[in-house]
Amino acid sequence: MGESGSGKSVSSMAVMGLHTSRSARISGSIRLDGQELVGAKQDDVRRLRGQKMAMIFQDPLSAMHPFYTVGNQIIEAYRIHNQVSKKAARAHAIDMLDRVGIPEPRSRIDAYPHQFSGGMRQRAMIAMALSCDPSLLIADEPTTALDVTVQAQILDLIRDLQQEFDSAVVIITHDLGVVAELADDIVVMYAGRGIEQGSAEAIFNAPEHPYTWGLLGSMPRFDRPPTERLLPIKGTPPSLIRVPSGCAFNPRCEFSDRVRGDACTTERPELLPAGSGTGAHVGHGAACHLPTAERQQVWAQEISPRLA
Amino acid sequence: MPTSVISYIIRRLLAAVGLVVVISMITFAIFYLLPRLAGASPETLATRYVGRAATADTVRVTAERLGFYDPLYVQYWDWLKGVVLGTTIDTGAGTVQCPAPCLGYSFRNQEPVTPQVLDRLPVSFSLAIGAAVLWLIVGLSVGILSALRRGSFFDRAAMTFALAGVSMPIFWTGLVALAIFSYQLGITPPGGSYTPFTENPVQWAYGLLLPWITLALLFSAQYARLTRAGMLETMGEDYIRTARAKGLRERTVVTKHGLRAALTPIVTIFGLDFGLLIGSAVLTETAFGLPGLGQMAVDATGSNDLPQVLGVVLLIAVFVAVANLVVDLLYAVIDPRVRTR
Repeated sequence: MGESGSGKSVSSMAVMGLHTSRSARISGSIRLDGQELVGAKQDDVRRLRGQKMAMIFQDPLSAMHPFYTVGNQIIEAYRIHNQVSKKAARAHAIDMLDRVGIPEPRSRIDAYPHQFSGGMRQRAMIAMALSCDPSLLIADEPTTALDVTVQAQILDLIRDLQQEFDSAVVIITHDLGVVAELADDIVVMYAGRGIEQGSAEAIFNAPEHPYTWGLLGSMPRFDRPPTERLLPIKGTPPSLIRVPSGCAFNPRCEFSDRVRGDACTTERPELLPAGSGTGAHVGHGAACHLPTAERQQVWAQEISPRLA
Repeated sequence: MPTSVISYIIRRLLAAVGLVVVISMITFAIFYLLPRLAGASPETLATRYVGRAATADTVRVTAERLGFYDPLYVQYWDWLKGVVLGTTIDTGAGTVQCPAPCLGYSFRNQEPVTPQVLDRLPVSFSLAIGAAVLWLIVGLSVGILSALRRGSFFDRAAMTFALAGVSMPIFWTGLVALAIFSYQLGITPPGGSYTPFTENPVQWAYGLLLPWITLALLFSAQYARLTRAGMLETMGEDYIRTARAKGLRERTVVTKHGLRAALTPIVTIFGLDFGLLIGSAVLTETAFGLPGLGQMAVDATGSNDLPQVLGVVLLIAVFVAVANLVVDLLYAVIDPRVRTR
């Protein structure tokens, strides 16, 4: 999760191998089921795409080809990785449409994307992505372009299918509500890097990064009087062409004056273990120069009461 | 076929017929109404159809015979009726049968317009179709390659060449090509050598080779630029990303998903260009001495042969309208969104 421009989509594109190979330079390590993807042959990554890892996108209208029927697009996705007859693939596509909750899949399969509603289109996209039973599904803001009422249905569907297909789901979003509903583990991103990660419980109940505090504070809530002002994070996300030196969040951070010296502007903080390291805090980490104990104190005494 | 498709076809057909009628009215008005508005009397109009030394009486009789004293709508109606049903024309020295579609009678050439036009039609059509095949092959492939290798040496060289191709006027490239290939090198025939396809297809192609290339040069350049722009736009679309995310081979992504969408607007432009080209390749026809429709229109305008001009213009209008119709129908085949609208 993170604001626009924090590098969420780019990271997932790199996983899928969909970055522009000519201009993008990728280093580090991306592993899928133990298989290293960085530096792997393009054709090998292509074979994995759609089969082992699949993706659904923000706007299902522009993400589907306007000239081919929904069925043909699903059949195509299935037949790339499965040597089956057209008839069998069609039966499979009908089955997939049925499983994502499209009524009368037998006739709807021959419809074009523009004849579907937004929610139906996203369901069809999900059917296409799951057609090869991938072990990883990346959902890039799957509900952003949808009606609020449809959003919940799609999220429910993703959660149900995740259990049914037993795939890992990476959901990219800036919507804290979506995160709260779906996520087991959360990575908060800022200016292209993960700045805090941990279980959903740790991130929501005991976050340790000032940016995460800011995100939680800027979320509208029903259980507060509507007259009360939201607490937005001051400033705007940085340009990734000129990332601030040191901690990228320092120009917007309310707490940088509590860090001794000028570490905030000179040294990029590493993602280090945070919290107790046990229970919900297994794997919890934050990238901030404030000492862990002080962060916990700030959260407990200053931030948490403000949100409650 | 669903009713929506049938009603779509009928609507397009009616629109095409309407277009032709409107164009015929406008053309008719330009040649018969405008002189009237400019103060010409039926007699002055009729002087064009009689000899130099004609008496005032002869002029009046001729004007009467040609119907110049009738109100304009009657004249138009008579002309239109001739086009649809055919008519008999009183030439003053006897009558001539003019079967439908009768485009009028050319008093200069002393014969009906229709056969003259039909005589020249194959020339124009041959010129247009050969050039079209060439420019589609060259323009589309150069455009696609340029888009896929954007910024490469090939792309930049091709686009520079295309810019030059668009900028060079055809009467210049045509004459230069003739000078070099026909008169210096002698590998292509000189201007004015047209052999009908039915007589000798090889000679037909050989004679038209240079005009084809000249005309195709101009259009290839345009189409290369159009295709490149269209491809670049399409390859940035979300559904291309989806196609890649499925794990399709890049070749399939480009052809099945990219090209299919990028070609749609090119079909439109091609239809219009082709329809228009049949009657308006005047410069090419003149440069290479080909007896086509464009040349006929220019000659007829120069010699004030109004029935002939009117006939050619109407025929060209029909071609443009038919091309439009074909494009519209093709569109429904290509783009499913058009069908249900």
